[in-house]
Amino acid sequence: MLKTFHKGGVHPPENKLSADKKIETLALPKLVNIPVSQHLGVPAKLIVNKNDYVKVGQLIAEQGGFVSANIHSPVSGKVIKIDNVPDTAGYKRLAVTIQVEGDEWDASIDRSFDIKKDFNSSSEEIIKKIQEAGIVGLGGATFPSHVKLMPPKDSKPEVLIINGVECEPYLTSDHRLMLEKGIEMLVGTKLLMSALKVEKAFVGIENNKPDAIKHLTELSKDFKGIEVVPLKVQYPQGGEKQLIKAVTGREVPSGGLPIAVGTVVHNVGTAYAVYEAVQKNKPLFERVVTITGKSLKNPGNYLVRFGTPVKDLIDAAGGLPEDTGKIISGGPMMGKALNTTDVPITKGTSGILILPDDESKRREVKPCIRCAKCVTVCPMGLEPFLLMTLSEKGLYERSEKEDVMDCIECGSCSYTCPSDRPLLDYIRLGKNRVGALRRARSMK
Amino acid sequence: MSNLIVSPSPHQLGTNSVKKLMYGVLIALLPALFVSVWYFGLGAIIVTLTAVISAVLFEFLITKYLLKREMTILDGSAALTGLLLAFNLPGNIPVWLVIIGAFVAIGIGKMSFGGLGNNPFNPALVGRVFLLISWPVQMTSWPTPSALSDKFLGYTDVTTGPTALGHLADYMRTGESMTKIGEKVPDFMQMLMGNMGGSIGEVGAVALLIGLVYMLMKKIISWHIPVSILGTVTIFTGILWLVNPNKFADPVFHLLTGGLLLGAIFMATDYVTSPMSKRGMLLYGVGIGFLTIVIRIWGAFPEGVSFAILIMNAFVPLINMYMKPKRFGEKIKK
Repeated sequence: MLKTFHKGGVHPPENKLSADKKIETLALPKLVNIPVSQHLGVPAKLIVNKNDYVKVGQLIAEQGGFVSANIHSPVSGKVIKIDNVPDTAGYKRLAVTIQVEGDEWDASIDRSFDIKKDFNSSSEEIIKKIQEAGIVGLGGATFPSHVKLMPPKDSKPEVLIINGVECEPYLTSDHRLMLEKGIEMLVGTKLLMSALKVEKAFVGIENNKPDAIKHLTELSKDFKGIEVVPLKVQYPQGGEKQLIKAVTGREVPSGGLPIAVGTVVHNVGTAYAVYEAVQKNKPLFERVVTITGKSLKNPGNYLVRFGTPVKDLIDAAGGLPEDTGKIISGGPMMGKALNTTDVPITKGTSGILILPDDESKRREVKPCIRCAKCVTVCPMGLEPFLLMTLSEKGLYERSEKEDVMDCIECGSCSYTCPSDRPLLDYIRLGKNRVGALRRARSMK
Repeated sequence: MSNLIVSPSPHQLGTNSVKKLMYGVLIALLPALFVSVWYFGLGAIIVTLTAVISAVLFEFLITKYLLKREMTILDGSAALTGLLLAFNLPGNIPVWLVIIGAFVAIGIGKMSFGGLGNNPFNPALVGRVFLLISWPVQMTSWPTPSALSDKFLGYTDVTTGPTALGHLADYMRTGESMTKIGEKVPDFMQMLMGNMGGSIGEVGAVALLIGLVYMLMKKIISWHIPVSILGTVTIFTGILWLVNPNKFADPVFHLLTGGLLLGAIFMATDYVTSPMSKRGMLLYGVGIGFLTIVIRIWGAFPEGVSFAILIMNAFVPLINMYMKPKRFGEKIKK
């Protein structure tokens, strides 16, 4: 029996159209827009001025606090504008516009193709390197990685879990990375283990990627302490709490962090970025992005410099189809719909999904028939139907008692509802209001 | 580019729909319908058609002229209520009674609370119990199975007789030994196949179980309610039977007679009137199983499934309040 989490979950059609497409390098754009906030936490502080010349990998904005991340220039060229531009979330944020000139890399970056497996860096050195390189969680949450590597004094990390689940339908960037950069990814895992001072790491991969499981299992024989764990396909297994449960059987307590059960989770993309940062002195300024959709001519996986407009990526895949209804940054279950293709690819962009018009529309909302399917599929053991009603009626104190803040917004409830009720929309509203209530309470 | 749709996630929806679920239940009822037509002939057809048509018609009229709302009859729930009502009636009941039953089920049991999703009690059972209390004679003269004999075309003029549970109640009242009951009641095979007196849809254990398997496979219902009801009945009657086999019938008899299977598989699992959490479903099922046997053995009626379900329906809001699903991360396992 394959391991999995045992509460709730759904199985949407996988649609991994680009699973066989090798990672290609996307051509450099003419202009890049680099937002200073590409991560969770405090925005980075700009340290370049208009008309400055920058090189690839040069620091252009530095960490604005502990929970924040450095930002490096992904291209070489001239800073021509510093202004607010819309990001993938639709908000206007401060960004640096750079006009690309050539491709001149910072001399300290090791651009050779050799794989450097050995290291003798200390935990502190590794964490410092990761922090300097501006690495954030590349699974999509974009939480600054160094923060996760510096757990509070009273907690003790025991296991590192590397997230290669990629449970979102359509997305294949992690899958390709595991196949094509397996050794580097495992060296990155070793580095993370050293940083955390743990002896054991598990790489969780869903069973719909048998080639990646086989490949990494083979490679991991050379890496002491790393074990590949095949998992039964079930959404949202890539959720941190679900993955920890599936791999270790431990449940992160409500409101708690993974470290509460002695675990730290990092994405495979993050592990690869850690390898590049520590072994190759290369900061995070590019990533693998899946461009996919049934209506696209050539779905694929591309190595993309941050700041590249989404439009360029779509053009590389054969251009935007006529019948496009929705463009999503991320996967279909948790991604964000974009209102323009001018927004830049950033650290958190794991994929761009094009949905045709007929798949983009919400369905008509019908009355709740109390079928309890939303309760059955909720991986957090919540009652979405109740939380929706409480939001509709504005009973937010009650929502808080019903653990609305535990919701991980995976969308399984809305996905499964036979009456097409917008359960998650209302639960988000509830979370937002309960958050405000809590902040007001703490002010008193 | 301005025509891009922007909405919050999830952007992909599943293939569930109310219609699909309701029609799924209707399909699951087909084997039982076939058995009832086989044994009760024309009467079963007349009663079933009348119930379904009048239930849909009443919902149509009420939605259109009283509530002035969008039409809902195509979602299949009214037809399902009609079919379930018919399954709870004897095959020789007059048409006018069926129409009254459908009116009470849809009009009072369902639409007066606001339509699908809002009714606290199972509408078909509201209709059935209303008829049972108001017209007890017609509601308890069960046609004996004719199995395509000359009586196949009979309707209200067929021979009638008590059900197996009716016999059991008589024996209990007169205090005779259980060993004598075997002479009057159908044997095990007859019970399984449905060759016995009873309501249209309640005979034919095998057909009902096929429906259960179909619904479980299609994930229309979960196992919790039917299994907890049938399990409770088995354990409860098993204990009584072991204590005094002369006085009490064995569990198999209780499982296969009356409306227990129909109730446990199709009536108690009604989405609207059953609990939301798995734990709640189990408690609800145990309650129904327990009350059914209490009514059957010590109550005034020989049969208790309908009452047991309606009583437990009343507890559903309370069960939902206190039987929450187990939250993720309540306890730290190390």
